[in-house]
Amino acid sequence: MTNLTTMDSPSFGAHLWRVTRARFGGNNFLLLITIILFAGMYLFGSVVYSSKNFGTLNSFFDMLNSNSALIVLAAGMTMVLISGGIDISVGAQIAMYCMMFAYFMEHQFVNAYVMILVVLITGIVFGLIQGVLVAYFDIQPFIVTLAGMFLARGMTAMISPQTISITNKDFMALAKFQIKFPFGGYTNAAGVYQQPFIYLHVVLALVALIALYMVMTWSKFGRSVYAVGGSEQSAKLMGLNVRRTKMMVYVVNGFLAAFAGFLFCLFSPGGAVEKAPAYEMYAIAAAVIGGAMFTGGVGNILGSVFGVLVQSTIIKFVNFNGTLSNGWPEVIRAAIMSFFIILQSVFTYVRKRRE
Amino acid sequence: MSETNVLKKIVRNRMFFPLVCLALVLIINMIVTAAQGGSPLSFFEVRMIAETGTLAGPLITILNRASELVILAVGMTLVVSCTKGADISVGSVMVLSGAVSIWFLGFGQLQANNYHVSEYVVPYVVGLLAALIVGGICGLWHGFLVAKLKIQPMIATLILLIGGRGIAKVVANGQINHVDVPSYRWLGNTIQNADGVNPLLLPTPIFVAAFVVLVAALLLKFTALGMNIQSVGINDRSSRILGLNSVRIIFTVFVICGVCAAIAGMIATSRISSVDTQNVGKMIELDAILAVALGGNSLAGGRFSLAGSVIGAVTIQTLTTVLYSLSVSPDQLPFFKAIVVIIIVILQSPQLRPLLDKGVARVKNLFGINKQLFTDPQEVNQS
Repeated sequence: MTNLTTMDSPSFGAHLWRVTRARFGGNNFLLLITIILFAGMYLFGSVVYSSKNFGTLNSFFDMLNSNSALIVLAAGMTMVLISGGIDISVGAQIAMYCMMFAYFMEHQFVNAYVMILVVLITGIVFGLIQGVLVAYFDIQPFIVTLAGMFLARGMTAMISPQTISITNKDFMALAKFQIKFPFGGYTNAAGVYQQPFIYLHVVLALVALIALYMVMTWSKFGRSVYAVGGSEQSAKLMGLNVRRTKMMVYVVNGFLAAFAGFLFCLFSPGGAVEKAPAYEMYAIAAAVIGGAMFTGGVGNILGSVFGVLVQSTIIKFVNFNGTLSNGWPEVIRAAIMSFFIILQSVFTYVRKRRE
Repeated sequence: MSETNVLKKIVRNRMFFPLVCLALVLIINMIVTAAQGGSPLSFFEVRMIAETGTLAGPLITILNRASELVILAVGMTLVVSCTKGADISVGSVMVLSGAVSIWFLGFGQLQANNYHVSEYVVPYVVGLLAALIVGGICGLWHGFLVAKLKIQPMIATLILLIGGRGIAKVVANGQINHVDVPSYRWLGNTIQNADGVNPLLLPTPIFVAAFVVLVAALLLKFTALGMNIQSVGINDRSSRILGLNSVRIIFTVFVICGVCAAIAGMIATSRISSVDTQNVGKMIELDAILAVALGGNSLAGGRFSLAGSVIGAVTIQTLTTVLYSLSVSPDQLPFFKAIVVIIIVILQSPQLRPLLDKGVARVKNLFGINKQLFTDPQEVNQS
């Protein structure tokens, strides 16, 4: 009964406000805006495009199914942004890993599971090289990863300039593995019941996401990343190994990019030079929309999922509309990104003024 | 003693590094041509094509192809020097300004004519001005983000890197827009008089590039702009305390870069007399940054050398030509360029010496070499 009385009393409102402020005030304020934006857009879509089944569970899972790689990339990008760096090589890396899968499995007949291991190790090595250049040679992360981006794209063409599609049985079994949901489906125009399902790669992506969240929240490494991103000088004075932390960020991100490459390959099995175009930009946009700040030290790994969802909702709008030209998704993405970047800048300014 | 001093002076000269790079690429080119059975000096052959009245030869081709990059490098040098970052949207601004100019030239008639401009609706000059204004507006937007909102330049320009190409696609309605007016090709190819002969002897882009470089050089030489840009790049705060309007300088730099990108965009669209939103200026950002780095300019801002950047741009184009003659495909090209970038930035890194020293010391310790053996006897004497 006491609970009810507190709920009714005006102090509950104050309490709720305080909890909300503690949760979402300060650094999570940007994330709150994103969640509201996503909910608003999704509700709007559900009402306007209800005849096209926008609001169904199928449609929601469809967004996850086509964005599993991006979820992992965005989470990794958030981590890099928290550390105060950036990694724009990830999209090209995905193309490279997809090509590695395709070429070695189809033309060299390497076992699929061995290939997964090889790709993940390649990712770690790629990240290690970038990390050493950024952390130990003090080269701007933008320049290093821009070079990395070109290196990976060029490497993709070096492995094979042709488009290769994957037919490996083990790999395709993984790619086609679905987890069906017994509820939430709808009956389409032909009268067939559409059961909602998610692919295996979505589950893997979510596992990676939660693992990274746990690492960033509770591990020593994760807290060091926040500290280094917040203020390198203070982190150094605290006795943290700044250089090693920065390097490790790129190593972990290289691993995540390789993992995302694996997931992307499951999503669209095959290798091509132009695979995953501009994915690094989508990942950065997702991280920024999800509340990560370019100045470092601020960000939420789970927020990046909302960044991905907001973007894929936009794409859905454009697709459902059907009359807009293919440039619009990029324009809207850029507009949302500039909105959030400006918001961040204002946010930082206000906070500085308050201090 | 004096000989070593002269040598030191040459090595320390700002133009030494870019020229060495260019010489290196040229030597590689000679070896490659010789290996392929040609004369090593065929690179420098220039001959006259009688029908078109144009000089031709590998050297001319490279200068012609490099002209967009030279123009971009001028703008990029100033941005790098002033903001310690780079404008990574130049490729998108190129395609955007090209698309807008064609949109103006075929105003209202594009869709009806199946995305072909058979005759100008507005004079060519209007289209050109529109492109330059678009470039300027992009520059203002970057200046606003960087100078006013204090956003890192690379992130500020990231927005247009994604969005610019998108806007261009919207402007071009997702199609490849063609211009069929013959004179539209003049800017990117050769001018032709009534007889089909080029009165200028050389392809037009070379003149445009030379003009842009000349204007920039005069502007920097006879006004305080160059000094101010370097001052802001070296220390933003102290230049503000000195009384420089750093906000205005950053704005100026980005506007110059945007206009340069617009000029390059006009040349690039004129070359193929159409705007292909997918491929014009694709991945040219790294080339522009690479040109600046190859020109001996630090990517961490501060002092710059325009001439170095121009040589850098030509070097890149030569490198591209050499790689093409080695039957490297355009898709594979970025791989080699990326390696060159990485080597240069490692050489530029201030951490290189300490890390090398540390490594050498470690190796010496490993082999148990007595450090005393390696100390300079002169130093011992002095102490």
